Amino acid sequence: MKRINRNFKVRNFHQAKWDEPIIFELSNKGERGILVPKAEEEIEKTVGDGLSALPENMKRKEAPNLPEISQPRVLRHYMRLSQETLGADVNIEIGQGTCTVKYSPKINEALARLPEMTELHPLQDESTVQGILEIMYKTDLYMREISGMDRFTFQPSGGSQAIMTMASIVRNYFREKGEEEQRDEIITTIYSHPSDAAAPAVKGYKIIYIHPDEEGYPDFEAFKEAVSERTAAFIVANPEDTGVYNPRVKEFTELVHKAGGLCCYDQANANGLLGITRAKEAGFDMCFFNLHKTFSTPHGCGGPAVGATGVTKALEKYLPAPLIDYDGEKYFLNYEVTNNPYSIGKVRLFNGVAPVVLKAYAWIMSMGAEGLYEVAKVAVLNNNYLFKKLMEIDCVDAPYIRGKQRVEQVRYSLEKLTKDTGITTGDIQRRMMDFGMHYWTSHHPYYVPEPATLEPTETPSKEDLDEYIETLKHIFKEAYESPEIIKTAPHRSVCHQIDESGMDDPEKWAITWRTYLKKYKE
Amino acid sequence: MAIKGFKNHPYIPNSVPEVQQEMLKEIGLNSLEELHAEVPEELKLKENMNLPKAFQSEYELRRHVEGLLKKNKSCNEYLNFLGAGCWQHYVPAICDEINSRGEFLTAYGGEAYNDFGRFQSLFEYQSLMAELVDMEVVNVPTMDWAQAAATAVRMASRIVDRKEVLVPRAMDPEKFLIMKNYCDPDITLIPVDYDKDTGLMDLEDLKNKLSSKTAAVYFENPSYLGFIEVNGQKISDMAHEVGALSVVGVDPSSLGVLEPPVRYGANIVCGDLQPLGIHMNYGGGQAGFIATMDEEKYVMEYPSRLFGIAPTIVEGEYGFGDVAYDRTSFGNHREHGKEYVGTQAALWGITAGVYLATMGPRGMEELGQNILQKSQYAINRLNSIKGVIGSRFNTVNFKEFVVDFNATGKTVKEINRELLAKGIFGGKDLSSEFPEMGQCALYCVTEIHTKTDIDRLITAIEEILHS
Repeated sequence: MKRINRNFKVRNFHQAKWDEPIIFELSNKGERGILVPKAEEEIEKTVGDGLSALPENMKRKEAPNLPEISQPRVLRHYMRLSQETLGADVNIEIGQGTCTVKYSPKINEALARLPEMTELHPLQDESTVQGILEIMYKTDLYMREISGMDRFTFQPSGGSQAIMTMASIVRNYFREKGEEEQRDEIITTIYSHPSDAAAPAVKGYKIIYIHPDEEGYPDFEAFKEAVSERTAAFIVANPEDTGVYNPRVKEFTELVHKAGGLCCYDQANANGLLGITRAKEAGFDMCFFNLHKTFSTPHGCGGPAVGATGVTKALEKYLPAPLIDYDGEKYFLNYEVTNNPYSIGKVRLFNGVAPVVLKAYAWIMSMGAEGLYEVAKVAVLNNNYLFKKLMEIDCVDAPYIRGKQRVEQVRYSLEKLTKDTGITTGDIQRRMMDFGMHYWTSHHPYYVPEPATLEPTETPSKEDLDEYIETLKHIFKEAYESPEIIKTAPHRSVCHQIDESGMDDPEKWAITWRTYLKKYKE
Repeated sequence: MAIKGFKNHPYIPNSVPEVQQEMLKEIGLNSLEELHAEVPEELKLKENMNLPKAFQSEYELRRHVEGLLKKNKSCNEYLNFLGAGCWQHYVPAICDEINSRGEFLTAYGGEAYNDFGRFQSLFEYQSLMAELVDMEVVNVPTMDWAQAAATAVRMASRIVDRKEVLVPRAMDPEKFLIMKNYCDPDITLIPVDYDKDTGLMDLEDLKNKLSSKTAAVYFENPSYLGFIEVNGQKISDMAHEVGALSVVGVDPSSLGVLEPPVRYGANIVCGDLQPLGIHMNYGGGQAGFIATMDEEKYVMEYPSRLFGIAPTIVEGEYGFGDVAYDRTSFGNHREHGKEYVGTQAALWGITAGVYLATMGPRGMEELGQNILQKSQYAINRLNSIKGVIGSRFNTVNFKEFVVDFNATGKTVKEINRELLAKGIFGGKDLSSEFPEMGQCALYCVTEIHTKTDIDRLITAIEEILHS
């Protein structure tokens, strides 16, 4: 048999396509997916059927219209749906910029699924949860070292909730100082995450955006204008989503402090900075890390996650309770530090998302300080290698700082390609799927024209990066020579182009199968 | 001392020095140190961070973490009667099988072309959950019940343009704190008292507190303290009379036997998915849901992503997408969208979908009945112990109930300490949350408890109190 030539430029890919029905369509009356334990005879003798104790008005009259499906058929359905999902375990994950989608080690998942983790009730006596408390406490210590902050909470269950937590701390801090009414503004930048604006807005803040200067740094002159006695806080990512690191960050934080405000660091983009530079030295009062991003606990289709939030000693008392502590002999839930009227109280039920913390702990323990430094260096090396190669392509540009390095990601612009060929970044996104790859544009609105945000992390090999680059080159060539194939893409995905015209129309949208059946009668 | 890296690390392909040199050359640099040129020297660390040295093998890491976890006593080992918002139910093996799949576990923010299965399974989750609560719209899950309730009342506040929300005083104080912080500074939560004999919301107090300022009345079924709020319809009617909405939190494991809240007037329903096939995970298994009818005024107030089904350009194919995306903070309006959206608890949504598809209507009904029988049996048996009242409130309970130890001469703390010595986690001590009840504990009994388990508890308490 002739040996297959692996020296390909682009992959001959096709996504699994099972034409799988909607789960309700699999229902066969009488089929059971699982049997539920029955109450023992003696229990039944003592209390009867249990149901008759219910007041008539509270008894369910009609059984829920759930499907009836035997177990192998349920399993097969979901296995097929999983195959139709392009997780990071199966593709070269470079295309989901800002998300830091890196390798999630299997050992960490295996550890988090041990019954000594999964079968713990959060209200168990502290003496019976010393193991998990130790893991959470030590992870707190490591986070302190990585950031320079003095105390962390693991209650915020995602980056956005962490931002809300920081904004809540800001509010309560100024409430205590009697400046709550006066300080009603939070300053952020347009290239920080949209939640840096949206979450503080929920907490009642007016949002002021700083736009970039010509080089792509937050405009310092505009910033000086914006900071005032009304400034409650500055919430910013650095590097921003453009991958541009603001080297004057300390001047920004000093200015805010001088005006009496607080500085909050969105560290969603921390992957390229681990062991390089920290929140503390840059003058921040608070920061958060996404454990599902930088610390490898997987993204899980969008959670469970943790936005580990750290603060300086002065702000510790505002944190949500309980904190996890150690008295020299045992680990315990500390309610004392936050026992004051200005603590924000709580942001998540119980004590934080423990299995996610456990996975982050295991990851740190497999890295050590040298490993974290290697992560940062390789993530930045990979990114600048990709950057260099992509910028050699005529139709690719990346606005802002020229001839300088980016940190862990770059927001590119395909404006020239669109002008030349009519092919948009959205078209490229769909076509990339024909080669088994992600490609993400940008948050909205698009400040960079025809944007593409790519973040390789430390996970891909040089060959992976080269494959991604070759695939983009191939598609750009298509754009000039045979644009139709891109306009009509994807061709090798689970489905073809989706008609989203009904998604904003209350008459047409269908958020559940029952409303689909109601709106789209045969 | 110079900073060192970790070469040839198994998780980092390009930590191989030769490859690094090749790549550095490509970008015109000589060493890794020349990267991060944009970070000012004074902000750079000059030494490696002070962290424990990395384990040199996966095996050593496993031994270490397993060693730490062995210090825990799990509810497999001990007999558990704790609930209070996190409940021990049976988790069908199929649920873990699906949420362990690498494709789901490591997917994130792709479009439906990349992540078709993620979109379909979450659309199906929304659809299955909608059947369980008998409503029309369900969100991609949020963090937990508390966040779902907090968002539900914010939604209500926007819909009716009012700023006061009435909540039961007998609710979980921690959930109250979460809602309070999330509603601060513009929405005020006002507790409504409970009847001390029944635990039910005090309708007189409710009446006094309802006004033209009331945005919503929030209550739960079953309640935090386990009793069934039988006046649901009355409460909803009273809310509606003043132009407020009825927002109901619900434990979904009850809905095979209990009437869904929409049948007693709920406008917005919320709750936790953890009972639906998700391990307790020390509180890490919580996930919140929100449900409404398919009316524009409700749908447009969700901050969450809502996945919708759509046609494709090819007949005979479905696709999926985001319904009313610009409503969210991911859309064009950012902070002028509804609250905020981000990473929350999607994998638990998929898991709850698998659970509901596996259980089916019969499974959910049997589950509910089983829990009713076993909790009634436990109350009955507790009543047989001298000085113990199995259920302090004279209302019907589901899954949880307040056990009154006031006449035993011992505190809950003392009793629980002795139970612990016998390998039993007694119910949650309520003495600091509800001092007016004295020495009471919130016990939880589910389908996982056998008659032998319950009898073992009874014997243990007997021994503690009377031997």
